[in-house]
Amino acid sequence: MSKRLFVKGNEAVAMGAIAAGCRYYFGYPITPQSDIPEYMSRELPRLGGVFIQAESEIASINMLLGASASGARGMTSSSSPGISLKQEGLSYMAGSELPGLIVNICRSGPGLGGIDASQGDYFQSVKGGGHGGYHLIVLAPHSVQEMYDLTILGFDLSDRYRVPAMLLGDSVIGQMKEALVPHPYVAPELPAKDWAVTGKGGRSDQKIVKSLFLGDGELEAHNWRLHDKYRLLKENEVRYEGVELDDAELTVTAFGSAARIAKTAIAMARREGLKVGLLRPITLFPFPEKAFAAATARCKRVLCIELNAGQMVEDVRLSVTRDADVYFYGRPPGAGSLPTPEELLEQIRKHYKD
Amino acid sequence: MEKVFGHPVSLKNVQTHFCPGCQHGTIHRLVAEAIDHFGVQQRTIGVASVGCSVFLYGYFDIDVVEAPHGRAPAVATGVKRVHQDRIVFTYQGDGDLAAIGTSEIIHAANRGEKMTVIFVNNTTYGMTGGQMAPTTLPGQKTVTSPYGRDVGIDGYPIRMAELLSVLEGTAYVARVAVNSPKNLLQAGKVIRRAFEYQVENRGFSFVEVLSACPTNWGMNPLKANERVESEMIPYFHLGTFKDIAG
Repeated sequence: MSKRLFVKGNEAVAMGAIAAGCRYYFGYPITPQSDIPEYMSRELPRLGGVFIQAESEIASINMLLGASASGARGMTSSSSPGISLKQEGLSYMAGSELPGLIVNICRSGPGLGGIDASQGDYFQSVKGGGHGGYHLIVLAPHSVQEMYDLTILGFDLSDRYRVPAMLLGDSVIGQMKEALVPHPYVAPELPAKDWAVTGKGGRSDQKIVKSLFLGDGELEAHNWRLHDKYRLLKENEVRYEGVELDDAELTVTAFGSAARIAKTAIAMARREGLKVGLLRPITLFPFPEKAFAAATARCKRVLCIELNAGQMVEDVRLSVTRDADVYFYGRPPGAGSLPTPEELLEQIRKHYKD
Repeated sequence: MEKVFGHPVSLKNVQTHFCPGCQHGTIHRLVAEAIDHFGVQQRTIGVASVGCSVFLYGYFDIDVVEAPHGRAPAVATGVKRVHQDRIVFTYQGDGDLAAIGTSEIIHAANRGEKMTVIFVNNTTYGMTGGQMAPTTLPGQKTVTSPYGRDVGIDGYPIRMAELLSVLEGTAYVARVAVNSPKNLLQAGKVIRRAFEYQVENRGFSFVEVLSACPTNWGMNPLKANERVESEMIPYFHLGTFKDIAG
């Protein structure tokens, strides 16, 4: 039997990354994710890896760009304001079709905001964030175990599609401790990184990693190629969890920490005899559009719960069947603004039959 | 008969897109000659910046990564830490390195990254259309300093070579010009020495090259070369500012 550990979510991310063979970490300290660089600074040198505490978030994402262009498996991590600084580099990595894992352990904003759990970065994460029109693969863990598992998945998906992946957690999921069973990494078959710069080494062709396309029609073709990959992601890589959806008359949806609270509220509602289920997106991009369409083909009511004033709800509205009613309940973040299960139960009761 | 002069192996035999009188082509050649001299073409990786120098991969027959504006030293750090036995260089203009990328160059130098930086200073933003650069000289007119750079408003031109030479992490820092045969020959030697530092794995090497931008200066190439001599060199002194080998 595998060892059962009691660790923080942030530590689980670092452990997952190392298990997946990530040996290059570049970052800059920011609360509430600093456990990740701290762990990496301790472990990577022992494994022959590289840890660099960069001078800024901007430098760290560009170090990742360079390491990734060199064919290495690398990552960076930060929290909301730091992720904003990384957006330029993210756009370049997306444009240059470079893999890599970017971890965002969100805090509350806008601006300096606070360090409380927030889902205020949903738009920034799934709608591009940086300039030019691109997507990241966005994974939303809701447990310490998933922090580990989805970190590994993020690296593999990112390498497979040459699309940067983002692990979107928050300060609750990053800072809380719970059980983790670290499983050994089984490397899937992935395409060779024959596009990486290595020095020509006798090759006749040169490798060029770039995002500048000035020739007639070149950039449009490049963009269509990127969007074709996003279409493939939508077809092949959607992940979500469904809980008691079969007989549900109200579908609750939430991701990450909000889904944890929602699960408790749903259990309470079930005890009251209310037929309520949960559809929890695990991939925020690609979004589980078909799952929402299927769920609402039968049950016409959806309650979307978020730790913000309403962001994912827009994607929910685009995904449900035409005549479904979508309700929203959210709390913009800040000290004392995390909703309680009782608070969510009240919302479930309110929307159950109306 | 011994062949004593030819086209550098590291440079493709193509026509450049640079304006008449622009010295990027010349500087490209000096860099290629240095790479050839050490026989490292097959293990050299270039990091292209933005601006007129972005098309590095069109001229050099080596692997190239393109970096966002100013971030080439950070990108090169990532490349070099993965490929520690390869020769990694960045090629950056003054807007790129001395304005938006000041943080990246100072910290890469201070970490002593074992890379070579070729810094082309022509006192203006070339590709963007001749705006004021951090290196624009006092009184120099540009499209965004139409009354001439006023140091009371815009501050002073930054002497990057001097600035970087005081950092513990730098191994070799020099400034050269390519406006005359004498200066050109010296520039070739200095650039070669900068690469030698990396070939020998000794540390961070930096060469600032004073360069003409006749188009944006509104001068013909000869006048532009004269300006390098009469206006730029008196402010941006040529010489070696640091050489840990002495």
